[in-house]
Amino acid sequence: MEVFAAGEIPGFLHVSVGQEAAPVGLCAHLRDDDYIGTTHRGHGYAIAKGIDLKRAMAELFGKKQGFCMGRSGSMHLADMTKGIMGANGIVGGGIPIVTGAGFAARYRGTDQVAVATFGDGAANQGTFHESLNIASVMNLPVLFICENNGWAEFSSIRTHSKIEDIANRAAAYGIPGIITENDVLEIHDAVGEAVVRARNGGGPTLIEVKCDRWHGHYVGDAQKYRNRENIEAAMGKDCIKNFERLLLARKILTKREIDGIEEEIRSELAEAVDFARSCPFPDPSEMMDGLYA
Amino acid sequence: MKDIRYISAVNEALREEMERDETVFLIGEDVGHAGGSFGATRGLLEKFGPGRVLDTPISEAGFTSLAAGAASCGLRPVVEIMFMDFVTCAMDSIVNQIAKMRFMFGNQYTMPIVVRMPEGAGLNAGPQHSQCLEAWFAHVPGLKVVTAATPYDVKGLLKSAVRDDNPVIFIENKTLHAVKGRIPEEEYLIPIGKADVKREGRDVTIVTVSRMVSESLLAADSLEKEGIHAEVIDLMTIQPWDRETVYGSVGKTHRLVVAHEGVKQFGIGAEISSAVTEEIFDELDAPVIRVGAPFMPIHYSLEKACVPGARDVSAAVLAVMGRPSSEERNRKP
Ligand SMILES: Cc1ncc(C[n+]2csc(CCOP(=O)(O)OP(=O)(O)O)c2C)c(N)n1
Repeated sequence: MEVFAAGEIPGFLHVSVGQEAAPVGLCAHLRDDDYIGTTHRGHGYAIAKGIDLKRAMAELFGKKQGFCMGRSGSMHLADMTKGIMGANGIVGGGIPIVTGAGFAARYRGTDQVAVATFGDGAANQGTFHESLNIASVMNLPVLFICENNGWAEFSSIRTHSKIEDIANRAAAYGIPGIITENDVLEIHDAVGEAVVRARNGGGPTLIEVKCDRWHGHYVGDAQKYRNRENIEAAMGKDCIKNFERLLLARKILTKREIDGIEEEIRSELAEAVDFARSCPFPDPSEMMDGLYA
Repeated sequence: MKDIRYISAVNEALREEMERDETVFLIGEDVGHAGGSFGATRGLLEKFGPGRVLDTPISEAGFTSLAAGAASCGLRPVVEIMFMDFVTCAMDSIVNQIAKMRFMFGNQYTMPIVVRMPEGAGLNAGPQHSQCLEAWFAHVPGLKVVTAATPYDVKGLLKSAVRDDNPVIFIENKTLHAVKGRIPEEEYLIPIGKADVKREGRDVTIVTVSRMVSESLLAADSLEKEGIHAEVIDLMTIQPWDRETVYGSVGKTHRLVVAHEGVKQFGIGAEISSAVTEEIFDELDAPVIRVGAPFMPIHYSLEKACVPGARDVSAAVLAVMGRPSSEERNRKP
């Protein structure tokens, strides 16, 4: 966020701060050959699925070494070698594509699973409903992960849905609908069952994670539509700190070890930023390369 | 007269039309409480209430066809699509339904609906947030397609679009939102279907729309220094386009360049160029040249390299005049 604010990253930046539990709890169950398709708010999943931070950061900077050759930026992180199919800038656009990845796995007879992640706002697109129904009738190995952070851009979920729980929509398509809090272990348990079911031919699952968006829709959003209390309440719920407390209480990690991990991550990020800075922009003479195979 | 920004001129047009006609209502994502993602509808919810300024779920297909139904039953919806790119989610609604409903059902009703959307690159927003897709809509019988390059134009044209009894695809431009211009205090309308000569000239005609209007005017300034007097025509309405003004100008200059930001291949320049060739070929002293984007999705970090600008227009004019380009002139013998 600091690097974006300094003007080094062009375009829009949508961050997942406050919503870290779902990517971690989910991706712990996924193999490199499992597929994931994300959204404009997809950095968390890309990192948890194992994207190389340097080349991801280079993409944010629009540099040649970025995963998308600097063509697409933050809203479209992708690394097919890790099953990261690509983040989508069209709300609801990725859900049926991931359903297609699940279809491909079933078609080839593998036990891979495909995971579509999206927000509460996207659950109002036709593509969401069509995909759940198709995955259900075709019995596809797909997980639909809805991060319900209560906001779609500048609108509260209360203004765009009469039901509070998106997971209830699963019933309309005859598939399991599960709700979890923004807690990494709870998510891990729920996803674990759904992944096993999908790998064994048991079909799709919709999992709704109740979480909070700490920041604005995009970095720089002044959030005039949101009151102080709502923002403070969101920031009061920190899934990372909660997990740290648990690890300390159960004596799994010491404070020093946790600080050490944080330090490691910070230096990895700093390295990624340095790498991205050092990369060249793509050459205009190559900007069209590969439009057709 | 007063100074106003483009986006505020949009706002004034909507406000005035809603005051004038209570069947006019606004619908789209974040148009109400947030006042629009780019601020076009700011203050209108407060003034007209939630019955006439409707925030929708993210459901472009659903709310665009809802507007179609409402229009066929006598209301005048103004739909906002947040970025032109997202209109693809409502293409059945616009192409199969809105454009054809009146015709298909034997002219039993009118379809007075406006679908507003901002187009264009300029925000480094990448391949799915930067497109200019006006040529698609101009290809669909039943739709009118309007663009606006200045605050004055956008206000007068949008008011006319709201009053039109036909569906109008109304294309704004993200890079113009903050541009300031002069408009009268009193009410005015700009007719749909009429082009505007933004600059007179005798040597070459540049037909253009939207962001490329100001780029073409810049090009005309620099060409003036080389002794070339370019006439710049802002087409404003792309469908139906003003043949009379364009043909009149080409009849005077005998040379034509068509410039737009959308992809050059199969773009609106192709239509204008071939119509001119078909209908007034004898007036031309040189082949028509088109300026448009290369045939590729918009690039994130090289955005500037894949949208045309004033320099491309100048180069096209020099070519159509049979003059060497500046590069050719600078080349050492
Ligand atoms: C088809 C389409 N419509 C609208 C938008 C603009 N838009 C981008 S993100 C967003 C809100 C998405 O909300 P949600 O799905 O809840 O995801 P969150 O941002 O909360 O993660 C909107 C409306 C878009 N990108 N695509």
